[in-house]
Amino acid sequence: MAKITYIEHNGTEHVVEAEPGMTVMEAAVKNSVPGIEAECGGACACATCHVYVDPSWKDKVGAREDMEEDMLDFAFEVEDNSRLSCQIKVTAELDGLIVKVPEKQF
Amino acid sequence: MSLSEIETDVVIIGGGPCGLFAVFELGLLDLKCHVIDILDRPGGQCAELYPEKPIYDIPGMPVVTGQELTDQLLEQIKPFNPEFHFNQRVDALERQADDSFRLVTDDNQVFRTRVVVIAAGGGSFTPKRPPLPGIEDYEGTSVFYSVKRMEDFRDKNILVVGGGDSALDWVLNLLPFAKQMALVHRRDKFRAAPDSVNRMHAKVAEDAMQFHMGQVTQLHGNNGQLEGVTIKTTDGEIHHECDTVLPFFGLTMKLGPVAEWGLNLEQNLIPVDTEKFETSEPGIFAIGDINTYPGKLKLILSGFHEAALMSQAAHKIIRPDEKVVFQYTTSSSSLQKKLGVR
Repeated sequence: MAKITYIEHNGTEHVVEAEPGMTVMEAAVKNSVPGIEAECGGACACATCHVYVDPSWKDKVGAREDMEEDMLDFAFEVEDNSRLSCQIKVTAELDGLIVKVPEKQF
Repeated sequence: MSLSEIETDVVIIGGGPCGLFAVFELGLLDLKCHVIDILDRPGGQCAELYPEKPIYDIPGMPVVTGQELTDQLLEQIKPFNPEFHFNQRVDALERQADDSFRLVTDDNQVFRTRVVVIAAGGGSFTPKRPPLPGIEDYEGTSVFYSVKRMEDFRDKNILVVGGGDSALDWVLNLLPFAKQMALVHRRDKFRAAPDSVNRMHAKVAEDAMQFHMGQVTQLHGNNGQLEGVTIKTTDGEIHHECDTVLPFFGLTMKLGPVAEWGLNLEQNLIPVDTEKFETSEPGIFAIGDINTYPGKLKLILSGFHEAALMSQAAHKIIRPDEKVVFQYTTSSSSLQKKLGVR
């Protein structure tokens, strides 16, 4: 299991135990973390599971793929550490991951 | 201006997979359908969200893409000649004294029907509204999510936001009308057709328009009249003067007018029974992702089952004196005749 911390825009933290293999989006939705809408259900087709990866985790999480990069055009206030959480697979290496949830999904 | 009224047996709201398959099941019972959808083509989420993504849980199809499934369903329902009304949203649904229903779309098309099937999935697709503070105050006066008449944009100082085909197409189409034109996109890569992107770059090189790489963060103006925006670029914030903004950030699903039809919604879903998939209002059915009942699974295959049972109940309402004899398409000559295979 990997521990993932989601920090809401207002600072509220949600610590979730995620099973390797699921996505960071799925772990959030399964544990009712507010602010991650995932309208399309994880098809990388809506950009409503946008998160900011804590800078210390950015490299471990890896780079965006082209499709995700395209889809981020539909997100708001995209930063260098912006990711779509449906495209981050949980692995044992991501134990301790911290992501920030934006104030609003589009 | 109101178009002439359309009379039919069934109006289906939503042309996604469940709405399309409902045409088939109703068609086998000789019921004529009109399908209304806010998108410009059939398929609903399958066509809009994941046309090229594989679906693995359609019985008998180990793998099929959203678009392929849509195309196959359209082929399957062809014998029943459903009539489609795209780019329209049903705004009003009222029961009449004779228990029929009167529906009016946002295009003022009026339908009279005995049965309404709501197959609206996650709701109607509507343009995404950028979460910019105060944007509502400018909508319809300075901020527009679509272009109905290009002439309305003559001599405007226009800013288009986005990097897809809608954004690039409107930049190029409105350029001859605009006093000034600028495009903002968050990066130098575009999803739009390469030809449009090249043409845009050429126009920028000719000084016919501007391109800013960045994101709009603030709107400035008064009383609905926009005067400018703040754009955050990699080199810092810039102020850009404009009186019109066209944001193109794709579509999102909103429940829309369904909420006002007295259907006792539970968490934005329509409760139905599991015998007929009828709502609290007799004659109004709901199938697919938009309904809820104990044990509901939001699967396309569940919606297909719901469409079949709903059709039996719809037939009883529309043709109360006719008895339906249950038949299989494999062996029934009358069903095969309807399908045009005999």
